[in-house]
Amino acid sequence: MAMTMHLDIVSAEESIFSGPINEVYASSVAGELGIFPRHTQLLSQLAPGEVRFKPEGKQELEHYYVGGGIIEVQPHIVTVLADTVIRAKDLDEAKALEAKQRAEEAMRERREEEDFARAQAELIQAEAQLRLIKNLRREIKG
Amino acid sequence: MAAAKEIRTKIKSIKNTQKITKAMEMVAASKMRKAQERMESTRPYAEKIKKVIGHLSMAHPEYHHPYLEIREQVRRVGFIVISTDRGLCGGLNINLFKKAISSIRDWQNHGAEIDLCIVGSKASAFFRRFGANIAAQATQLGDRPHLSDIIGTVGVMLQNYEAGKIDRLYLVENQFVNTMVQRPKLTQLLPVEKIKDESLKHHWDYIYEPEAKVVLDELLKRYVESQVYQAVVENVACEMASRMVAMKSASDNAGSLINDLQLAYNKARQAAITQEISEIVSGAAAV
Repeated sequence: MAMTMHLDIVSAEESIFSGPINEVYASSVAGELGIFPRHTQLLSQLAPGEVRFKPEGKQELEHYYVGGGIIEVQPHIVTVLADTVIRAKDLDEAKALEAKQRAEEAMRERREEEDFARAQAELIQAEAQLRLIKNLRREIKG
Repeated sequence: MAAAKEIRTKIKSIKNTQKITKAMEMVAASKMRKAQERMESTRPYAEKIKKVIGHLSMAHPEYHHPYLEIREQVRRVGFIVISTDRGLCGGLNINLFKKAISSIRDWQNHGAEIDLCIVGSKASAFFRRFGANIAAQATQLGDRPHLSDIIGTVGVMLQNYEAGKIDRLYLVENQFVNTMVQRPKLTQLLPVEKIKDESLKHHWDYIYEPEAKVVLDELLKRYVESQVYQAVVENVACEMASRMVAMKSASDNAGSLINDLQLAYNKARQAAITQEISEIVSGAAAV
């Protein structure tokens, strides 16, 4: 039997997932992370992007979109402290596209530093969501 | 009949008060349910981040973050006091202030000075009278406080801590046990307290990505913010529960007061009638 570890995903609003898993992947600011049981302790910032994991006894990965946060890894416990979490299948492509356009427009128009930074952050989030949607599509086809 | 009339106006006025307290009780009950839900939904984040911080306190990082270093000499102590904006909620605020003051006195006896960070109008009014130095405050957060409402206020205390202006930071909050019981609680936020976990006793450290300073800064800042935010959200639930109970007992008291007065009124009325009859009878006898 494969080894398992405990995964907790929480956002500021609610607890998203808590249970035993076999493997988890997350995108940190320094690149993609793949974590299996007995991984060494790790503390990392998450970039807006995908978190996917395989619950114990299942073959398919579950996909979630995370809008940034922090991941803590202990040998048998992984904790994802996310800012926002959306189940990948609830992601809305049209909405993400709209958000992207809005953010781009805002960046063009407003040169105020604070507004610009906010628009840029929104743009990054929207792009990450779109990327995840595209990946998911490819997976379903392939 | 003068006495009876007086009693009747009194009953009327108490009945009006009872209507108000009854309405407040019901409003508080429905608000409490919502506040409780919000409290439950934000709790996992606060608990998990606390756990992570507990692990972190057992690590042996190369980079020494100021939030993890215990300063030997304590010259100034910061308190974050979370209270309600409105009154009529029983002894909720007073119990909390008592808790805060006992700790404040303790530190003052040790020669430390006090800085306060206030959330809620009630604490603001109370501690201004108390004469403590208020470094930051946030009031009128409403029934649905947002994280962004308190970030600035908490930020002041964090900056003070980093600059060495305060050496300890405490949080004084109300803990929601159940509808009947809310307990004032004092926790140390900074420096982060070590937990006791035997399995983590050996010498180890995290791998940090991208860099220890960046990650720890973000994590620890979020930790303090989330703990304070959770306390604020919990305080709303406490306020509603406490108000509900206070208003219920006020309505009950009004009810028993009305009963007593009603009895007195009936007696007075009866006495007046009896007197009238005896007057008529004695008048008739005289004729």
